[in-house]
Amino acid sequence: MELLFEGIREAFRLLIHADPEVVRITLLSLKISGCATFISLIIGIGAGMLIALVEFPGKRLLISIINTGMGLPPVVVGLFVTIFIWRNGPLGFLGILYTPTAMIAAQAIIATPIVAGITIAAIQHLPEELRLQILALGATRTQMVWMLMKESRLPLLAAVMAGFGGVISEIGASIMVGGNIMGYTRVLTTATVMETSRGNFDVAIALGVILLLLSFSVNFILTTIQQYDKK
Amino acid sequence: MNRKNIFLCALLALALVIALHAGVRAAGKDIILATTTSTQDSGLLDILVPLFQKKTGYFVKTIAVGSGQAMAMGERGEADVLLVHSPESELKFMQGGHGVNRRIVMHNDFIIVGPKSDGANIRGMKSTAESFRKIASSSSLFLSRGDNSGTHAKEIKIWQKAGIAPERERWYQQTGLGMGQTLNVAAEKGGYTIADRGTYLALKKNIPLDVMVEGDVSLRNIYHVIEINPAKHAGINSAGARAFARFIISREAQSIIRDFGVAKYGAPLFYPDAGMKE
Repeated sequence: MELLFEGIREAFRLLIHADPEVVRITLLSLKISGCATFISLIIGIGAGMLIALVEFPGKRLLISIINTGMGLPPVVVGLFVTIFIWRNGPLGFLGILYTPTAMIAAQAIIATPIVAGITIAAIQHLPEELRLQILALGATRTQMVWMLMKESRLPLLAAVMAGFGGVISEIGASIMVGGNIMGYTRVLTTATVMETSRGNFDVAIALGVILLLLSFSVNFILTTIQQYDKK
Repeated sequence: MNRKNIFLCALLALALVIALHAGVRAAGKDIILATTTSTQDSGLLDILVPLFQKKTGYFVKTIAVGSGQAMAMGERGEADVLLVHSPESELKFMQGGHGVNRRIVMHNDFIIVGPKSDGANIRGMKSTAESFRKIASSSSLFLSRGDNSGTHAKEIKIWQKAGIAPERERWYQQTGLGMGQTLNVAAEKGGYTIADRGTYLALKKNIPLDVMVEGDVSLRNIYHVIEINPAKHAGINSAGARAFARFIISREAQSIIRDFGVAKYGAPLFYPDAGMKE
């Protein structure tokens, strides 16, 4: 118990003194997971809208696959991405193994099905008549898609939060494709594991607390936006 | 609508720029160093690597895994230089032509640690094989790394010497984790384990385990640096590997190794060996 308080005290000490290493690790976490979430939003919302609005054979199967992908184990993603991008792999010429770029790619793969799955559920949840009504009022196709997105903005923001929350807290893929290199690919989760195995439990707890604070701040901002126009 | 589109495109472009920027580095300046968890967990590389980078301009990607995995990476050409401590597998690795210029860097020693209560009654024993036999005969809990690391290889060798096959015994558990974490598990469960002295000293303040057996010749833990053979695979940064190997056996690095940890733990964690005969 004492250790816990010590760790929390250490967290605030590191934050108040703006320890350069901790600041760097925190910013890198934010940058990598932010980029990954952004990429997953473009692909996930795009694909989700398409799948939800277009009828085609095998649609149910595809949605089942995406829903399964929402629980994709990060370590499996990490393994496959590693095999693809290592020097002798099919994408080895890119030379991106053990770089932040590889971490962004792996995290984007983890977050995309989450965003797509929630998007599909959100759009399908809207009443069918709404689409017909919008089209009947003379809207173009793009305008209709835009209005449907606006109509389901609450669940779509939830998709952003779920995607971001999923990748900022994951470790399996980050450590495999990033390698936990000091000052380069070391993020909050991988640093926490390393400090634990070094026996620096107070620093490990401190990094954990910072991760929670970061996650909370981002979600608080998103929730505020989400709830703002509800009133 | 239009403005929003432009805004979205700008955001996407920005994200791409950041993503690419993060990955771009001068080619040929990156070295992948595959090494053991003990060199990272003890903090030694946090001092040596930045110094090397500053002196040479290379960028070292340190990947801390077990010695077994490090050599597997070397065999596939996924690393440029290794710093490992599993002499028998290293010799096999060299015979396979995967590495060049295998050179001794430093040593410390393995120790057998256990709970203060010492249920197997092995404290102070001199023979490692004998102490393992007593752990087995008293069915005391033993935690194995189980990860093909150098430490795991050493442990297997001692069991063989003791004439015991512990894999299926109930008192024998494999963690599959690094050295630091395995020590933590042993401390929590009150079990015995074998560790390198460096990691043990680094964790000592938090774990209630005592040194039980030490000093046996068979407990010597020797680290070698190996450059990966560039003839075997394309894309090996052999110049960088050579520079790193030369650096770590240089007088400067060796004196850092000698002094490392003395102020903090009262004893050195590693002893420099460069140029010595084995």
